[in-house]
Amino acid sequence: MKPAPFAYAKASTLEDALSLLAEHGDDARILAGGQSLMATLNMRLSAPQVLVDINRIDGLAGINDTGDALRIGAMTRHSDVETSDLIAQHAPLIAAAVDHIAHPAIRNRGTFGGSIAFADPAAELPACAMALDATMHIAGLNGERDVPAADFFEGLYETAIQPGEILTGVSIPKIADGWKSGFMELARRRGDYAIIGIAAQAKFDGSTFGDARLVYFNAGDRPVSTPQTAALLNGQGWSDDMAEKLAASLKRELDPPDDLNADGPMRKHLAGVLAKRVLGPMAGA
Amino acid sequence: MDMYSDITLTVNGESVTRCVESRTNLVDFLRYELGLTGSHVGCEHGVCGACTIRMDGRIVRGCLTLAAQAEGAEVWTIEGVSETNEIRPLQKAFVERNALQCGFCTPGMLLTIAELMERKPDASREEIREFISGNFCRCTGYQAIVDAVEIAREKGANS
Repeated sequence: MKPAPFAYAKASTLEDALSLLAEHGDDARILAGGQSLMATLNMRLSAPQVLVDINRIDGLAGINDTGDALRIGAMTRHSDVETSDLIAQHAPLIAAAVDHIAHPAIRNRGTFGGSIAFADPAAELPACAMALDATMHIAGLNGERDVPAADFFEGLYETAIQPGEILTGVSIPKIADGWKSGFMELARRRGDYAIIGIAAQAKFDGSTFGDARLVYFNAGDRPVSTPQTAALLNGQGWSDDMAEKLAASLKRELDPPDDLNADGPMRKHLAGVLAKRVLGPMAGA
Repeated sequence: MDMYSDITLTVNGESVTRCVESRTNLVDFLRYELGLTGSHVGCEHGVCGACTIRMDGRIVRGCLTLAAQAEGAEVWTIEGVSETNEIRPLQKAFVERNALQCGFCTPGMLLTIAELMERKPDASREEIREFISGNFCRCTGYQAIVDAVEIAREKGANS
């Protein structure tokens, strides 16, 4: 289908975009990469009066080394994240996740910030942001504020971004010595939304886990962290027994929804399968 | 800001200026406004890949990009890259290997593979399949398409 008519405004600066949002309120939507928004407009699932295009704002795209972290500009395309040496070196979890996002033509256009701000519970990057303790940078007419990932995702497509605000970037702490990350998702076809997926990071003393964090996606209305299950790993190495313990714990800790691709119990089972496939190799098993 | 947008862009090497409805997507603009009907329209929500075109050197979904956003952009369609002979070896390999039946997906498939051959010239068969996973072909089962990519790579510009 074709989208309902809308007005199009090209913001040339961040201030320009914020003023347009202030002027049009709920009638306006931000157009970043557009790879989710345009599809919903075409299907007439949404019909905003005004699209505020932020593609031409200087300084919103790019990956910068800020010392202990990488700051990824909101308008950085997935394909630029995919080929970034900084990401490969300092954020291996993001590097592993990014080529699971849709397909090359969509990654050429879709943006890092768009994926975070849209907060699709089945998306890869929100789960990675949670696992990595990322910080979201949000701008409003009254200035900038930072929100930690743990407080950012509030529900189904809901985030801490308030009306009139724009996500400008995300800071990802660089991976420190001794830490490893793991990522995997199960999808029927490459590029489809995952039935369920896992983003994991842990600190290792030899093959012993410490500070483990496991975040699942498409397992609830937002990225779902499983601290109780992760705690079972700390101070332990990998074993078949551990795999069974984790799987049993995940069945208690997760409450995933049913949909056409899988029901809740199947997702719980798959969560255990993913834990085994990802965490064993991380420990060198 | 308006329900209409004035745009100037380069399409297949030629500059064009038009006034378009702001809601017009890029592939409809190419087809209806410029008569370049080689880019096809399938699902209109980014799934099938039939509308794949090249904008500023990268393939994009023509149905998920607004014509208004192409202001100042350099756009290439299947008509353009056919005329310049850029993808000639690939097209010949498609014919040789019978890598199409109805041909609806072919323009998008060719532009996608052209980018694959540039970005990952040594892609394995598995990687080729991954790269074209966003381009649906309902006729061939993809085997012949992957074969054609390998043939085009082997023969290269000598074909």
